[in-house]
Amino acid sequence: MPTTPPSTSSDGMQPARALPVTDLDTHTFWTSGAEGRLSIYRCQDCAYYIHPPVRFCPKCESRNVAPEAVSGRGTITSFTINHQQWLPGLKVPYVLALVSIVEQDDVRLATNIMNCAPESVTMDMPVKVFFEQVEDLWVPLFEPETVA
Amino acid sequence: MSAYAEKNTAITGIGQSEVSRGSSKSALELTVDACMQAITDAGLTRADIDGVASWPGSDDNESGFSPVGTAGIQDALRLKLNWYAGAREAPGQYGAVFNAIGAIAAGMAKNVLIFRTMYEASARKKAFANSLVRGGQRQSGGFNWYAPYHTYAAALQQSLMFNKYVHNSGIKPEQVGQIAINQRRNASLNPAAVYRTPITLDDYMNARIIATPLRLYDCDVPIDGCTAIIVSRMDVARDCPHPIVRIEAIGSSMHYRNHWVQLDALDTQAQPKVAEMMWSRTDLKPKDVDMAQLYDGFSFHTINWLENFGFCEKYGAGDFIEGGTRIALEGELPVNTGGGALSAGRLHAYGAVHEACTQLWGRGAARQVKGDPRVVATSTAGGPLAGAMLLVKE
Repeated sequence: MPTTPPSTSSDGMQPARALPVTDLDTHTFWTSGAEGRLSIYRCQDCAYYIHPPVRFCPKCESRNVAPEAVSGRGTITSFTINHQQWLPGLKVPYVLALVSIVEQDDVRLATNIMNCAPESVTMDMPVKVFFEQVEDLWVPLFEPETVA
Repeated sequence: MSAYAEKNTAITGIGQSEVSRGSSKSALELTVDACMQAITDAGLTRADIDGVASWPGSDDNESGFSPVGTAGIQDALRLKLNWYAGAREAPGQYGAVFNAIGAIAAGMAKNVLIFRTMYEASARKKAFANSLVRGGQRQSGGFNWYAPYHTYAAALQQSLMFNKYVHNSGIKPEQVGQIAINQRRNASLNPAAVYRTPITLDDYMNARIIATPLRLYDCDVPIDGCTAIIVSRMDVARDCPHPIVRIEAIGSSMHYRNHWVQLDALDTQAQPKVAEMMWSRTDLKPKDVDMAQLYDGFSFHTINWLENFGFCEKYGAGDFIEGGTRIALEGELPVNTGGGALSAGRLHAYGAVHEACTQLWGRGAARQVKGDPRVVATSTAGGPLAGAMLLVKE
């Protein structure tokens, strides 16, 4: 599985993915890909998914919150095809997107859409997660659900 | 006195440094230029300034985004202050004004110097100015959920929101382009603007795409420069030389998710509730507004504000700006009359306040809007951030 965006022009090295600082709550999200799962905090009392993760349910005020694996399927809420080469070696074009998970529309993940032609990406397109390990984190990426 | 504290304040002076694509002066000297100009314009002296506010305060980095904070100007001008704040977590750039209104109402200050300094033109020559990703370290702060996804600039994540708006509204690129074309035309009449050569629709359409659907001329222009304004308590303002420009109403609300990924409505961003708050604090209506100085970090923000202020229907901005006549200097709602950030330079919403006062005080020269304009709507924007002000000349 390719680990870099589709390339149409470039000679230098693709810039490495920048990584977020993680904390006691966000660490699970960025590491559960090691087991091939996308993990999202969920209220154990009212079943509401809470993202970004915090052990407080904004619906029912429960503190009984725990990470749960979700299906990894989602739909594209919005996207942009980036053409600007912001850094030397950056391979363009590539797709930056916001994906809503199928379990709950207001859990939205920034991501890249991979393994397809950028111009084939559309609003509301079904996508599924996969992971790319970068250092000690597993970065969730998405590809069209129809990719085998 | 009104229940709304902003009505007891007025803008009494404005100042602007030279604005350029690379200055021979330091950021601090540009700030001094603008601030001293504003103080003098208000008929005041340094000794009269007892408050200072800025947004976002000093950034301790080389990005050029905000190289000068309240401490820098306080010391350079040796100001004796009773109140000061350089506060980043606020309703966008106008957070500094809203804080100043509160300080005046609380009796902590009577003449507040407010400034915004940008040094991105010079910063760009040395490094990637205002990058959302900092090299050599893990990313923290509001953009860190974007960090692994090659999201290097605001243009990229704002395009996510712009594309949603285009998808939902059906606006055409030929319509979007009218914002940039109109503003360049206005800039051609503004000697202080950085780009003054008019552009055509062909120029707009043929310019490169940054990130779909955002084109080059939809983006504001990084500059070196500073804008300063003085906000005074109304009784003090009455002794100042210019006609009173009252802050009639403000919108500072945050009723949405304040998050760059999770914000509720991508296509309107945080604007509707901010506009609703502003209109709730005045008897004036959108039809009373003589001109609009709308945030234009990207042209799509201006388009958003036309709708969210109520100058046209939701998703009706494309038709409203079609052909550019309504928003032209001689149109029914002149917009960004000095060229805005797209052509006059990225003074980050304070250029808009400066231009509003310039017009209200009749100093617009070749670009002066006819008919003695009295009411100006102005705004900031960007993702979950938005702020709005209605200014009225008495």
